[in-house]
Amino acid sequence: MKNKIDQRQLVQLLSTLLDADSILYKTEDTRPYECDGLSAYRQLPLLVLLPKTIDEIQAVVKVCAEHAIPVIARGAGTGLSGGALPRADAVLLSLARLDQILKIDIELCTATVQPGVRNLAISEAAAPYGLYYAPDPSSQIACSIGGNVAENSGGVHCLKYGLTVHNIAQLKIITIDGELLTIGSQALDAPGYDLLAVLTGSEGMLGIIVEITVKLLSIPERAQVLLAAFDDVELAGHAVGQIIAEGIIPAGLEMMDNPAIRAAEDFVHAGYPVDAAAILLCELDGTNEEVSEQLMYVSSLMKKCGATLVKTARDESERQQFWKGRKAAFPAVGRIAPDYYCMDGTIPRRQLPWVLKRIAEMSAEYQLPVANVFHAGDGNLHPLILYDANKPGELKKTEAFGGEILRLCIEAGGTITGEHGVGMEKIDQMCIQFSDDELQQFHRLKRAFDPAELLNPGKAVPTLHRCAEFGAMHVHQGKLAHPELERF
Amino acid sequence: MPDISLELQQKVQQACSQKQAVAIHGNHTKAFLGNACQAEPLDVSGHQGILHYEPTELVITARAGTLLSDIVKTLADNGQMLAFEPPSYAANATLGGTLACNLSGPRRPYCGAARDYMLGCRIINGQGQILSFGGEVMKNVAGYDVSRLMTGAFGTLGILLEVSLKVLPKPAAEWTFKQDINLQQAMQNLTLWRRQPLPITATCHDTEYLYYRLSGTEGSITQAHHKMGGEQIKEGDHFWERIKEHRHAFFDTQSPLWRLSVPATANLADLKGKTLLEWGGAQRWLVSQMTPEKLRQTVSAAGGHATLYRGMPEYQQRLHPLDAALQALHKRIKQAFDPDCLLNPGRMFPLH
Repeated sequence: MKNKIDQRQLVQLLSTLLDADSILYKTEDTRPYECDGLSAYRQLPLLVLLPKTIDEIQAVVKVCAEHAIPVIARGAGTGLSGGALPRADAVLLSLARLDQILKIDIELCTATVQPGVRNLAISEAAAPYGLYYAPDPSSQIACSIGGNVAENSGGVHCLKYGLTVHNIAQLKIITIDGELLTIGSQALDAPGYDLLAVLTGSEGMLGIIVEITVKLLSIPERAQVLLAAFDDVELAGHAVGQIIAEGIIPAGLEMMDNPAIRAAEDFVHAGYPVDAAAILLCELDGTNEEVSEQLMYVSSLMKKCGATLVKTARDESERQQFWKGRKAAFPAVGRIAPDYYCMDGTIPRRQLPWVLKRIAEMSAEYQLPVANVFHAGDGNLHPLILYDANKPGELKKTEAFGGEILRLCIEAGGTITGEHGVGMEKIDQMCIQFSDDELQQFHRLKRAFDPAELLNPGKAVPTLHRCAEFGAMHVHQGKLAHPELERF
Repeated sequence: MPDISLELQQKVQQACSQKQAVAIHGNHTKAFLGNACQAEPLDVSGHQGILHYEPTELVITARAGTLLSDIVKTLADNGQMLAFEPPSYAANATLGGTLACNLSGPRRPYCGAARDYMLGCRIINGQGQILSFGGEVMKNVAGYDVSRLMTGAFGTLGILLEVSLKVLPKPAAEWTFKQDINLQQAMQNLTLWRRQPLPITATCHDTEYLYYRLSGTEGSITQAHHKMGGEQIKEGDHFWERIKEHRHAFFDTQSPLWRLSVPATANLADLKGKTLLEWGGAQRWLVSQMTPEKLRQTVSAAGGHATLYRGMPEYQQRLHPLDAALQALHKRIKQAFDPDCLLNPGRMFPLH
């Protein structure tokens, strides 16, 4: 798309609104922003803006809207689906400098924060009051709360405590008209439509999130983790269902397969049994009494389900160590292959054995190894495809394999993304999951917020044109009719 | 049970071609909520049946006309529950009506609202298209969260055909206690308890006593009760049922009944009338003769909103009005789903 004004003219306009250090336009300055956590996709933005206040953002958005310049919001850039991937014709609006915790209300148990505040920083600030923010994506040291809202991030504790959408009370957003709106409230509900839900996970397509009030929970009296090892993945999958059938909702229930166990153990020495086919990590929290009772119960249940080893963390440091292995699974896998590609499908849990078997078969077909980590409690699967981007054609092959895994998740009755978002990465698979009418409905909803489609255009929801092209590609089994044409 | 979704779709398509608005209803048990809607009645109560329920997946999918009582019973037979504990206000309440009104009961502040358990839905939009959003899995961020948008939309964005809900196991034990303290003391206790890891799942000050329910293992309940004090009451389930269904003596009145949703610590001493407090302070029921304008002004100033539940049948601004910017956005969202304004026109906000 060709803009009505060029980069130089835009910089000139914006320089009356922002300090010079808030506008980056030289290639060497904008280069660090060319990708988010999905580094396989890269694009230099038109400009990068680093505003410091809500007023500045309102002013900038108004200028962009007036000149029909697209705006892409970016938090910490840790997203895994290319949601913050720049465009050559768009301004990249970094919210990193809005990084203040505005208020911790210990009576209402909420925290009001700016979007650039890191996820973990909220829990750290709340800890002196015995409170914490429950959603804990594995990237919580680095990821920002604004990005968490944009993606509706989950984490290892969302089986019991929910996703971002369940843990926020109020948002302030700036619309494409530059208007500041308050969505939700400090009460438990607000009049009108549930716009809080629509904005959460909307991937920067509906508004710019500039302030968030999150709910804080009291830190449980006790949390304890139990590790169970199995010599068969299917047995481990069955054991997960058994825990839930017994009426226990663990705070976290995670599964790793053998390649993931080995990689994590080599990396952080978490104390995992490296010969197991799968391990389960089951965290129980609550009152002291409750945790003791449930630990004994789950422990004997795991043995009944065929666990070859069941151990409970001896102390808090061993508990942290068990979790460290899981949370470090991605970087750990990163050490055993030059590159990895992380998938994010969700399936009904009962389909796990079949889905894992099919992934193993595809892995052999594509000759690309896979390590699986799995939020087993809520059916969210993260197969990590190992590849080498420097080998010609291997990224393409990996993407094709990933696409097939997503198709498999839909066939199993699940979804293409549980918590990482669609972004650029899974946009074609949206054409499989949704009908044309459904996609059109999404587009109409977007236009209710953003009539000119200037906020993060081209992401999250594909055009029907794009789906037709994607469908045609599949008809020809990957053999494109005109491979010389630029498609994406 | 027959699937009548195509029949309903045809009716909506016909309504589209004739530009004839429809007033969606199940068994009329929520007719008192929101504004009256002058349009051709469209009965969806025949669209019944539980479609999938696998207890270990913690998900149930049912047609919207299914009786809420059937869902509750099916879950209870498997030791599970709708954790948002919805009120029914009548024996023949449907699942669809409950979700369209986003109704939640005593457990709401501790376990979440109806919208929090919504995983997916099939709808007919205002153009007569059948569309599916979300699904039967716990985590799903593909596309905008239209399923949650449907909860509390009073059918104005689409007719619910099927919904998938997350369900939870029932706690091993639930005991209810009461303390003989006034409203102010009760609010102090509730604020103190909020930041402690206590297994509270319901709270209410009924103008006389503070009641609270603890759930979990017997050990953890005993331990928590030790810290909190209070005297155990028999028939705790019966007490919460009466609060939830508005059968407690407090609700026995001819005067207007308002639901106030406010920050839990809000001081509403300026309101005239009698108050029953729930949800740790975040939901207050007010029986009052105050004018809606004055009442809403006070509640808004405290950061909340007020819904007229019963009384003043002629008053047609029963849901709390929105400010101009949000109202304009709501109008555009309505148009995105229902361009000719055929579904429940005026039910949420008066037509201008």
